[in-house]
Amino acid sequence: MNSADLIQILFFAVALLLLCPLAGRYLQAMLAPDRSGALALPERIVYGTCGVDAGREQNWAEYARALLLVNAGGIALLFAILRFQHLLPLNPSGLPGLSWHLALNTAVSFTTNTNWQSYGGESTMSMFSQAFGLTVQNFLSPATGIAVVLALVRGLVRRETANVGNFYVDMTRSVLYVLLPLSLLFALLLVWQGVPQNLEAAVSASTLEGAQQTLVQGPVASQEAIKILGTNGGGYYNVNSAHPYENPTPLSNALQLLAMLSLGGGLVFLFGRMAGDKRQAWAVFAAMMIPLAIAVGCAYWAESQGNPFATPAGVDPALANMEGKEVRFGTVSSVLYAVFTTAASCGAVNAMHDSFTALGGLVPMVMIQLGEVIFGGVGSGLYGMLVFALLTVFIAGLMVGRTPEYLGKKIEAREMKLAVFAALIPMPLGILVIGAFAIALPAGVAGLANPGPHGLSEMLYAYTSATGNNGSAFAGLTANTEFHNSLLALAMLIGRFGPIVPILAIAGSLAAKKRIPPSAGTFPTHGAIFVALLIGVILIVGALTYFPTLALGPVAEHFSTLAGQQF
Amino acid sequence: MENSASLMSASLLKPALIESITKLDPRKLFRNPVMFMTAVIAAGSTLASFTGGGQSLGLDLQIALWLWFTVIFANFAEALAEGRGKARADALRSAQTETQAKKLAGLDNRRFELVSNRTLRKNDLVLVEAGELIPGDGEVIDGIASVDESAITGESAPVIRESGSDRCAVTGGTRVVSDAIVVRIGADPGESFLDRMIALVEGASRQKTPNEIALTVLLIGLSLIFLLVVMTLPAWASYAGISLSVPLLAALLVTLIPTTIGGLLSAIGIAGMDRLSARNLVAKSGRAVEAAGDVDTLLIDKTGTITFGNRRATHLVPVGDVSREQLAEAALYASLADATPEGKSIVELIREQKLADADANAVANRIEFSASTRLSGADLHDGTQLRKGAVQAVLKQSNVSADAETTKLVEKIARSGGTPLAVSRNGKLLGIIALTDVVKPGIKARFDELRRMGIRTVMITGDNPLTAAAIAAEAGVDDYLAEATPEKKLELIRKAQAEGRLVAMCGDGSNDAPALAQADVGVAMNSGTPAAREAANLIDLDSDPTKLIDVVLVGKQMLISRGSLTTFSIANDVAKYFAIVPALFTGVYPALQALNVMQLQSPASAVLSAVIFNALIIVALIPLALRGTPYKPASASELLARNLGLYGLGGLVAPFIGIKLVDLAINALGLV
Repeated sequence: MNSADLIQILFFAVALLLLCPLAGRYLQAMLAPDRSGALALPERIVYGTCGVDAGREQNWAEYARALLLVNAGGIALLFAILRFQHLLPLNPSGLPGLSWHLALNTAVSFTTNTNWQSYGGESTMSMFSQAFGLTVQNFLSPATGIAVVLALVRGLVRRETANVGNFYVDMTRSVLYVLLPLSLLFALLLVWQGVPQNLEAAVSASTLEGAQQTLVQGPVASQEAIKILGTNGGGYYNVNSAHPYENPTPLSNALQLLAMLSLGGGLVFLFGRMAGDKRQAWAVFAAMMIPLAIAVGCAYWAESQGNPFATPAGVDPALANMEGKEVRFGTVSSVLYAVFTTAASCGAVNAMHDSFTALGGLVPMVMIQLGEVIFGGVGSGLYGMLVFALLTVFIAGLMVGRTPEYLGKKIEAREMKLAVFAALIPMPLGILVIGAFAIALPAGVAGLANPGPHGLSEMLYAYTSATGNNGSAFAGLTANTEFHNSLLALAMLIGRFGPIVPILAIAGSLAAKKRIPPSAGTFPTHGAIFVALLIGVILIVGALTYFPTLALGPVAEHFSTLAGQQF
Repeated sequence: MENSASLMSASLLKPALIESITKLDPRKLFRNPVMFMTAVIAAGSTLASFTGGGQSLGLDLQIALWLWFTVIFANFAEALAEGRGKARADALRSAQTETQAKKLAGLDNRRFELVSNRTLRKNDLVLVEAGELIPGDGEVIDGIASVDESAITGESAPVIRESGSDRCAVTGGTRVVSDAIVVRIGADPGESFLDRMIALVEGASRQKTPNEIALTVLLIGLSLIFLLVVMTLPAWASYAGISLSVPLLAALLVTLIPTTIGGLLSAIGIAGMDRLSARNLVAKSGRAVEAAGDVDTLLIDKTGTITFGNRRATHLVPVGDVSREQLAEAALYASLADATPEGKSIVELIREQKLADADANAVANRIEFSASTRLSGADLHDGTQLRKGAVQAVLKQSNVSADAETTKLVEKIARSGGTPLAVSRNGKLLGIIALTDVVKPGIKARFDELRRMGIRTVMITGDNPLTAAAIAAEAGVDDYLAEATPEKKLELIRKAQAEGRLVAMCGDGSNDAPALAQADVGVAMNSGTPAAREAANLIDLDSDPTKLIDVVLVGKQMLISRGSLTTFSIANDVAKYFAIVPALFTGVYPALQALNVMQLQSPASAVLSAVIFNALIIVALIPLALRGTPYKPASASELLARNLGLYGLGGLVAPFIGIKLVDLAINALGLV
């Protein structure tokens, strides 16, 4: 590793350590339960318009019902906008309406915070669809994540109550006070760096070679800001953040990297503040930072090796594996982006993961398969992580001879049942089971570009990305077919709502419990042992579940490459 | 402690072996989801070996056989645990032989008819006379008798059972040694205390405990995931052109699902109950034992638990110019006629310290201690009058008043929690004997241990606050409740529970019943009243209050055994992957041989070794499951660090070595 790369990696580590606690403080101030004065006005207007009784708290079932209602409505509305965009305004290029399956896939994709794109944005979506369809969901989906995590944390810290908060209030505050102002600020920074923000039609330009090139413009910066902050990942352009209009400079690249993880990390510290114990937050944060660092290290090492098949052709191995990477970003920025975006369930990319070495591509895939809990999506990362914490304290609790408890709440059969449904079942169901249909049926395999282990990796990555609500693609799979659009939509729904409903039930169940004061017999959940065990549980659950399938994909590819075998 | 030889004695092994086969009955297996799943896979694999074309029949059948062994070994563990319980139950049942009972028509009507004890119903009255067996559980409603309860408790000294007292409960099968009592039968046949105890130790009525249910949920969840993994694998492998046979998939699935903990889970639970009954404790449910592990507040009776049952003489303080020896000699003579434990303790103290000796022939007249005079004494042949007793009684008898020195001394002893007794010779006050509660040796260390485990101890005593504070400080308890009444106890428990604490206590009197019922874990003394025994969830046959601490330890040990074996079981899977996954895929991707880190000889031997190891590890861990993982009281962090190292890292490493050894063995034997 050269020292410039090392300094860059260390810079991001330090920046995250500083930024995330700050974000936690901001989140607490913005999502605080009672507010008066001028700041309260916007939310009052929303409640008044929508007829929400902000003072009334909901139990977990009401909360879940409201959440599902809002999300189902979101899917339906977005589906209609996309299907009929040719009838709607702001379509200067005259783009046609989307096919039913692409509209469905995209509607589900943006509502579930996945932002998987079976299409190229600039050539498919009208400005109306981008701004009023996709961007709206870009705000609502992270707000949904924040709402769920707020309910879960309330369940952990409240005692003997049925109420877990008011979904509409949590949602409104997340959008109005967190996502909107931060996006505005971030969009301005991006515009400053050169990202376009206009409503102009595409312009044509002559390249140096004399060819004609169409330059699509539009409200890029505004969508870009929430794409990153809300861990959405759906780019305005097909090549996402590798496009110079989405990510023009090294500074814009660095800002995007930090913005991707800041809200997810910030929520961890919000949790610490709500629990009245910042050590709990640091423990969870450590359990995110350490695997992140390991992943960056592995991916960087793998990509630095270069491609052994390219060396005989005269490529200097010291140049590392530059296939599919932007020269202006180089290895380290591409690797950081790949790891951050898959850790964060964001899905934006600034390099093509499909072109990474076998192990370099394995790392982003594993990051998603771990359950998107290493930072993870806004909200979804922390609620997933907290469920892993419940599983961890269960095993740890038994090993110290006590009924397990987390933050003084006993973890009993009901919580275990729900935690298993939330953390263990949905991911394998979406990735392995639905993916198995895709890889075994001719209609699924038809879209694959590569034979052998790499082809399998492409399919595995697609279904992993969809189920993990990540949205990044390994490319190589032509996914815009009736078959894949429908199955991927199903995987996204399972990956999103599969955990959310049981997690809200856990919140309700925990809120009703007494809080037991800690004693020397209580296993502390803020020490190094807990962090190590938590990481161990996440790694083992992830590794054990996907190891055989990964062995057929990237692992087989890696060892075959070393052995000089090509497919 | 039990050693592994007695854990697996031949007399237990044979029936357990037979039962491990009869337990293959699907209805019985269904109670254990992981093992049920294993049996289904084994059956499927057996079928597939015959229908699979037969190219690898030998290997397929061997795999199927070892899958069946996995189930049988798990059944064996359970049967062995139950067998130990049964052996204890049989011993108890022998006390339950049919006897003749003298059934009374009424309390005033002493005419009786002879009936079999099996026909006795609740509320029947029976007369039991010296030498007869008490025909059923009940309550003494008339009379007093000494009863030999050795059949139940193993303690040979007879105990007093008396109507209208806190010691009125009698147990069927025990023998009245002296006198006669009228017993009101408390239970219909089949519902007696002994019946319940037998059912529990046999495991027949064993309900899963809350943590066991939660753990089972997790194990089912893990099994389901691995089912998904293995069932989808053929589809993924088909893209590489690999076809996987059913026996290979079955081998992979069984080695991945948590069979180790799944197979030993019920054995751990049964063995936990058994460890309690080995200590003569009867749990009314497994739930209570498990709750005991969670207890963080122990209410402990001072008398009997912290201190010896009675106050003992601890020092002699002469007054004026009297020497210590003179005081001792007088006290010794005066105490010879005092048969109370306090009086005996004076004699013991003086003899132990060799302060004086008494010549029994010198005594002309003994004045026995009585509760009304509150003193005892001796008149010697030479006319010397020696008296010992309560200070006021002695002063009154001697017709003197205490001087300032004596008054101060008496007050000082009383303030520090002791009881002062005065000794006089011929009407002259010689000095004061201090009787104090003697804290049992080692009890302070025990409480320190409990504190390290995060358990608060609260001493309950009827003493005044001053005395209580002194003893509490000496014993090292965290808190005390002085001048305790049943109401105060109940209030204390409620308050602690409101703070979210789990409280354990023991008690015997009827007035303890509400507190016993309120406490999360209530241990009733077997000598206690039926009301107390009914309210408690554990009964101590030896009536030894220190057992409360044992109950907590057994409860913890049960949870730790489960947690440790779960961790071990899951950690094992890593090595099994490295054995089986390369074996499955190297045909098409020879480069995956790099994953065969154990250098297993062939794909066939790799799969078979993993399956064999997976089955044998259950047998290897049976002693651990039955005896419980070793437990030393320590803080949660220390415990976790130790158990994680042992069962987590151990579970990661052990199968790599184990599978390699099995591989070497089966290749040497030519099995593949």
